[in-house]
Amino acid sequence: MGSDVFLQLTVSGLSNGMVYALVAVGFVVIFKASDVINFAQGEFLLFGAYLAFAFIAQFGLPWSLGVLATLLTAAMIGLIVERLVLRPLIGEPVISMIMVTIGLSSLLRAVVNGIWGVRPKAFPNFIPSGEVEFLGAIVGIDRLLVIAIAAILLTVLTLFFRHTRDGIAMRAIADDQQAALSMGISIKRVLAVAWAMAAITAAVAGIMLANTVGVSHDIIFIGLRVFPVVILGGLDSLPGAIVGGGVIGLLESYTAGYTTSGLELIVPYIVLILVLMIRPYGLFGKEIIERV
Amino acid sequence: MESGIFFSDYRSDMALRRMPLQKVRTGLLLAGLVVFPFLATPYWLNLANQIAIATIGAIGLNILVGYTGQISLGQGAFMAVGAYGSGLLTVRLDVPFYLSIPAAAAITAVAGLVVGLPSLRLKGLYLAVATLAAQQIVEFVVTHWDGLTGGTEALVVPAPELFGARMNTDGRFYWILVIVALAVALFAANLFRSRVGRAWVAIRDQDIAASAIGVNVFGYKLLAFATSSFLVGLSGALLAHYRSIVTWERFTIEVSISYLAMIIIGGLGTISGSFFGASLIVLLPAMINTLGRSLQDTAPWAATVLPYVQQGVFGLVIILFLVLEPEGLAKLWRNVKDYFRVWPFSY
Repeated sequence: MGSDVFLQLTVSGLSNGMVYALVAVGFVVIFKASDVINFAQGEFLLFGAYLAFAFIAQFGLPWSLGVLATLLTAAMIGLIVERLVLRPLIGEPVISMIMVTIGLSSLLRAVVNGIWGVRPKAFPNFIPSGEVEFLGAIVGIDRLLVIAIAAILLTVLTLFFRHTRDGIAMRAIADDQQAALSMGISIKRVLAVAWAMAAITAAVAGIMLANTVGVSHDIIFIGLRVFPVVILGGLDSLPGAIVGGGVIGLLESYTAGYTTSGLELIVPYIVLILVLMIRPYGLFGKEIIERV
Repeated sequence: MESGIFFSDYRSDMALRRMPLQKVRTGLLLAGLVVFPFLATPYWLNLANQIAIATIGAIGLNILVGYTGQISLGQGAFMAVGAYGSGLLTVRLDVPFYLSIPAAAAITAVAGLVVGLPSLRLKGLYLAVATLAAQQIVEFVVTHWDGLTGGTEALVVPAPELFGARMNTDGRFYWILVIVALAVALFAANLFRSRVGRAWVAIRDQDIAASAIGVNVFGYKLLAFATSSFLVGLSGALLAHYRSIVTWERFTIEVSISYLAMIIIGGLGTISGSFFGASLIVLLPAMINTLGRSLQDTAPWAATVLPYVQQGVFGLVIILFLVLEPEGLAKLWRNVKDYFRVWPFSY
């Protein structure tokens, strides 16, 4: 046990954390636009991974076309979900929103399992699987790619929320639906865009996961593991998703490396409870002052 | 409302069942419950017992979610505390089950108080996520504390004995479960008409306004957590003795979700809704199973997709109820009653 172990743990923790961050970004987009926590995010990932598997491995498309088709299909699913499930519930209490996404997760999971079964599939890796040495630790190229994609997504989305019409409208709606409506913002349009974007982000993350951990049912659990990440970073903060992902990834990696009893499974949740008690809005989230 | 009924004293005005039709329905229900075990096959008795246990748990969850408005994803964890509590008391300390079950429920109430502490600062979505974390932590403790719970091994609980009879069949256990379930329903129905119940509803509807009119919000929230977990623990403990085996797989996040589905589908903040929802969520997979079996000869592939169909229908039912009838089965039942009350002269 020396500094090289520590370094290896740090690097693997950070790269795992970036996978979490990639998933967390999808949560943040939906929360920023509609104040909904999407409990079906894990299933969106699963759909992304299996769609990519279907297009590339089953239909034999070249991977560039396959990825494009996956993203388009994911966007369609996002739009359909928003139109049929979320839109009738605009303005309903939190419990309805939570339950409807939970119901959605059950339905989507059944569809995926019904079509593709529950056995893990071999994903045709189109990302070079080599390893590079970085500061004395070994990192897979796929992990580096995950980090790069997370960075690109973050930049694009930050610009989107700052400078585009739809992005600003999303922030306005999250802040106050009624005020946004009275300013002439179409909630329907904006929510549709938000769910399509979230589905696309999830599909990107799903494809990356399919590459790094394989196409299997376990992808769903990453959806649950991301809650500590988004709470720590702040539910409405994109940089928070990245920082939160990094911190939780590192924590898991160190606990797994230096303790033995599987504690890394719950350390993120303990952090989650502590954060909720001390700073419920997270590191970078916006503090909400409640008025009657 | 029926007309022509006059109450001449406070007692009859305050009664839980005031109208003649209500009394008739209650009488029919009780008679049905007494006759049922003599007519039913073991298969239906088994389902009825599951429904009774689920109803107790759903009423418990409804106190917290439906009446007080505190969303909890920790139902499975509380049931685990109740089940393991009672099971371990019986197995390790030889406590008879009629003492170990209430004791386990009390232990669960204390656990509920601890989980309820964050509700001082959190509400809505954030509380839901905090209870989700509690659920994961309890699951971890149950599966990893080998010395106490036996870890991932199943805990075998001997069948309880009452008046010298072993309660090891569905038919015998039915009576325990039905009596407890009725007592819980009666307790809850009266509770919501009391000061405490009114305070909970005030907190649910607008917590800041509630505190402005003098409701001790945090105190009543904690009380709701404790009462709710007491009943949920009770249902978990009953489940342990009924199944005579306790494994952690029965208390995962999936269980939390299916109980939330029960009270959403049944109707938030209603006792009858807890029963309707519990019945539907217990019966639905069983019916799909029967349907799949009957299709086995004509369509052999049906058996392989059965679990997915069950899962998909479960999700679909939740979504459909939320979109089409957010007040749940209790509202539908009310519509039926309203229709027949003035039938055939509805105008």
